[in-house]
Amino acid sequence: MRALVWIVAETWQATVAAAAAFLPAEADVTLLYVRSDAETLARGARSALLGRSRHPVAEALDAISEQGARNLLADAQAALGHQAALDARSGRTEQEVVAAADTADLLVLARDQGHAHRGPRSLGPTVRYVVDHAPCAVLLIWPDAPSG
Amino acid sequence: MPEALALALSLAGLAATLAAAIARPRWLPEAAVAVGAAAALVAVGAVTVSRAGQAVGHLAPTIGFLAALLLLADGCRRDGLFRALGDMMARGSRDSPRRLLALVFAVASSVTVALGLDPTIVLLTPVVLATATRLRMSPEPDVYATVHLANSSSLLLPISNLTNLLVFTTSGLSFTGFAALMLAPTLAAVGVEWVVLNRFFAAELGRPPGRQAVPAAPHLPRLALAVLTATLAGFLAGSLFGVSPVWIAAAGAAAITVPALVRRTATASDLVRATQPSFLLFVLGLAVIVVAASDNGLAAAVRMVLPGGTSLPALLGIAAVSALLANLVNNLPAILIIAPVALASGPAALLAALIGVNVGPNLTYAGSLATLLWRRLLRAQDTDVNLGQFLRLGAVTVPAALAASTLMLWSGVKVGL
Repeated sequence: MRALVWIVAETWQATVAAAAAFLPAEADVTLLYVRSDAETLARGARSALLGRSRHPVAEALDAISEQGARNLLADAQAALGHQAALDARSGRTEQEVVAAADTADLLVLARDQGHAHRGPRSLGPTVRYVVDHAPCAVLLIWPDAPSG
Repeated sequence: MPEALALALSLAGLAATLAAAIARPRWLPEAAVAVGAAAALVAVGAVTVSRAGQAVGHLAPTIGFLAALLLLADGCRRDGLFRALGDMMARGSRDSPRRLLALVFAVASSVTVALGLDPTIVLLTPVVLATATRLRMSPEPDVYATVHLANSSSLLLPISNLTNLLVFTTSGLSFTGFAALMLAPTLAAVGVEWVVLNRFFAAELGRPPGRQAVPAAPHLPRLALAVLTATLAGFLAGSLFGVSPVWIAAAGAAAITVPALVRRTATASDLVRATQPSFLLFVLGLAVIVVAASDNGLAAAVRMVLPGGTSLPALLGIAAVSALLANLVNNLPAILIIAPVALASGPAALLAALIGVNVGPNLTYAGSLATLLWRRLLRAQDTDVNLGQFLRLGAVTVPAALAASTLMLWSGVKVGL
């Protein structure tokens, strides 16, 4: 079985724990993280500063996001406890996840909200799009422990 | 020279300057195009030497003011202010994305108000991105907030945006008078951003985050904070005693720069670079070009489009027209074009124009449609930005913020602030 585990920054631990609990040991697991386009936005805002020189000390925005993605995937792999392929992407999150799920048998992902917000609003627009468009089976987990 | 020809030449010079500033060809600095076009307009007689000299002389104190502010911001960076703010936000967020966003709002607004739009975009945005990434929180709400607030909260003080600075001396307002009239409009604009961003990013902000190690207490840069506080207090006090804010800014710049020179943490050439001499020249050149265009018919055209008077509908109209023009040609040329015409209706009309050119650029993330189109045409790196999302956010926040801020301005004028 090929399983794609899509993690986001806030809830990766719950998603990886669910993957470790539910996926069979022989499953072929890929951990996917899609970088936000926040750094493109920041670069664009800088280009709005008409006539200002490029700031010599400005930190490399891409490096911040790339390093963050690498660290997150490495932590997720360590938490999963067995071998997994790592897939770091950037772009429109929902489209990247659906595209990556094309070759998977199962997609594991988390809701946006915890148990306190059961109902349609526990899925934000991005997760909703992925659930609606995923070409494979979907395992949708809660990002927090059940309360009471 | 016939006026129509002079106008056509001036507009061509303006277009060439904007094109160079947006496209930024390596071999042709935008300052060279601006100064070259200004000199050419003087040479062919589209603007007289004395009129151009008057424009430059008029702007000279503002350019000095700007240079001092750039030095002040650079000193704050050198002293570690932005790094400390990042640590402070990380520590204060206590595993809550919404609390982090609230801190980003407070910090981005404060930095913009005290140091101006540029340091927020150039120096604070990377810190915010790094802080959210480090805390394992989606950085979009925080980066969007920083970029939006750099514009929306730049209404408050004459130093908060270069557009404010460019028209402050002609506005006839004192430093505190300007701030008093712009306080409620700024709060209204920031309030609109808070409501919209919280709803827009409800999914990201509502995610239950995992526990993160609490970062160590930040090392507060005492010199930067002391100089900034003293400078801001100086602006307000100086305004009461009739001391020009240029001197206060110069004193602040000296207070943060001289110790660095003595301790050799900065060299003279670092400091010259920090004042961005080519940018100062660019602004002077741009001002002369706009004067040439205005004198030869552009001002008359603006007068036909811009509502006169300071009634609420007139102020709303001025803010809307200014916002549209800022999106067409960027905010600096827009305010240079509109300010002389708006000022004829009094300072309230000028402040409405500032609300328009300052808040308006949030419609696109690149400051103007021209910049945005250029970036998307030429730079593959921009193709993955979620443009639809940004434009939707702009379409919701900008009209609401313009209306709310202008309403507050009008109320302030009515109660006699």
